[in-house]
Amino acid sequence: MQIARHWRQRGARYRLEGQRHRTTGVVRFPAQTLGLGEEPNDWELVALSGRGEIYSFSVLRQPPDGYEAFAPYPVALVRLEEGPLVSAQLTDCGEADLSIGQAVEMVTRQLVDSGEDHMLVYGYKFRPVI
Amino acid sequence: MSSNVYVVAAAATPVGEHFGRSLADLASEAVRAAFAAAPGLSAATVGALYVANAMGETLAGQSHLGAFLASAVGLSGVPALRVEAAGASGGVALQQAAQAILAGQCEVAVVLGAEKVTDRLEGALEAALALHADGEAEAINGLTLNAQWALLMRRYMHDYGYSADAFAPFPVNAHHNALKNPQALYRFAISADKYRKAGQIASPLNMLDCSSVADGAACVVLATEAIARELAPGPRVRLAGTAVATDHLSLAARPDPLALNAARASAHVALGRAHLGLGEVQVFELTDPHGIAAALALEAMGCYNRGEAPRHAADGALAPTGRTPIATAGGYKARGDVVGASGVYQIVELVRQLRGTAGPSQVAGARVALAQCLGGIGATAATCVLVNE
Repeated sequence: MQIARHWRQRGARYRLEGQRHRTTGVVRFPAQTLGLGEEPNDWELVALSGRGEIYSFSVLRQPPDGYEAFAPYPVALVRLEEGPLVSAQLTDCGEADLSIGQAVEMVTRQLVDSGEDHMLVYGYKFRPVI
Repeated sequence: MSSNVYVVAAAATPVGEHFGRSLADLASEAVRAAFAAAPGLSAATVGALYVANAMGETLAGQSHLGAFLASAVGLSGVPALRVEAAGASGGVALQQAAQAILAGQCEVAVVLGAEKVTDRLEGALEAALALHADGEAEAINGLTLNAQWALLMRRYMHDYGYSADAFAPFPVNAHHNALKNPQALYRFAISADKYRKAGQIASPLNMLDCSSVADGAACVVLATEAIARELAPGPRVRLAGTAVATDHLSLAARPDPLALNAARASAHVALGRAHLGLGEVQVFELTDPHGIAAALALEAMGCYNRGEAPRHAADGALAPTGRTPIATAGGYKARGDVVGASGVYQIVELVRQLRGTAGPSQVAGARVALAQCLGGIGATAATCVLVNE
């Protein structure tokens, strides 16, 4: 059982919560631990818009355990409009529909069925903007 | 620090689906073969054992591999530990062993790369490998290592105007060389035409552009100059420089995902420590499970400008007679991907090259060689420069 592990990710998974630097305005996703030289007040939490474009994509046909039911499935690096890249699955589309630079938006979907735990893990995926 | 550490023995098991043999069996075979090849070398002189392994818990059902494999190979009692840096485990273990000798802690150190992966089915393998990238940012979203390299390949094709076919020279070269390596997993040639027709694994990566992960063990014995001189009156292989560098595990966290910055930094520092320039390297071993991985590593090190590696590959640069020979024993693609043991297999091959015993894939007159292994998508890079002197 990894309930607490998934619960800790709720900000990023459900709200696409990242961080904005209070001085420079730089946005990063997901929220990071404080590195050496950073102060707790340097960054503020911010929910991202969920809009972006495809930086690159692939359709995966050799899935890891737990993801068989989704295969084949498209995955992507998405460049969010606030700046950061995010790795995610794409949904509601086929390979022929996809291209680099295409506009996508975040939706909430089931990520994985954790099997014997009967725990359905939900989070962000992206779909082409209609 | 240019080092006076020498490779005094190196050997490996064939890479394969060794259903009849365990992790301990494979480790024992590799270590016995290394010592058998250096008759003057006594096990009693071994002062440290470094085990390189990335999949012990996830696929082989065993952790605590330092003491476990020390016992299995007849070195029980010797200080032993396991180094885990995903696919870079072998290169990092090699550096640790060299540092132990340089620090005066021992005169002889054994580096043992060993993986047992075929007891589990493909889904478990993909899930275990996916943890070499970021678990929360990537693996939970169903991204595998193959998929991540595929994302880089698609973007590279987009930025530099290539089709997937441009990557065919990488696996074609690897398979051509493996044909002559009795220890390789895939001893058959492939053609660019066969590459074009192969089924997709993670588009645009097809089946003939994806390595197969398999079982194997490799052993390299390092020693001080005094011991190396006692063992061999003739030319010796010196470990001239090593360096390890790291990057973010997650591709999304990197300012430029197509820049393998750890690969660049570790090669630069290792060559600096060896007092050698990149242009002096005559043969390379790289992490090349896919053409894109080798292309990005060659470009990161500075062998070719960005966007140009596939063009040079098409002109024959990867062959033993080319400008940057790679995969002379088959590389990850055809020798087989042995995950944490791969970095040690690389040294076994480069020692053959430097000793002039590499057979049909010999790079003529090879005197300087460079091995680089990557963990995850290059989040750890370990580079080792070897010189025959």
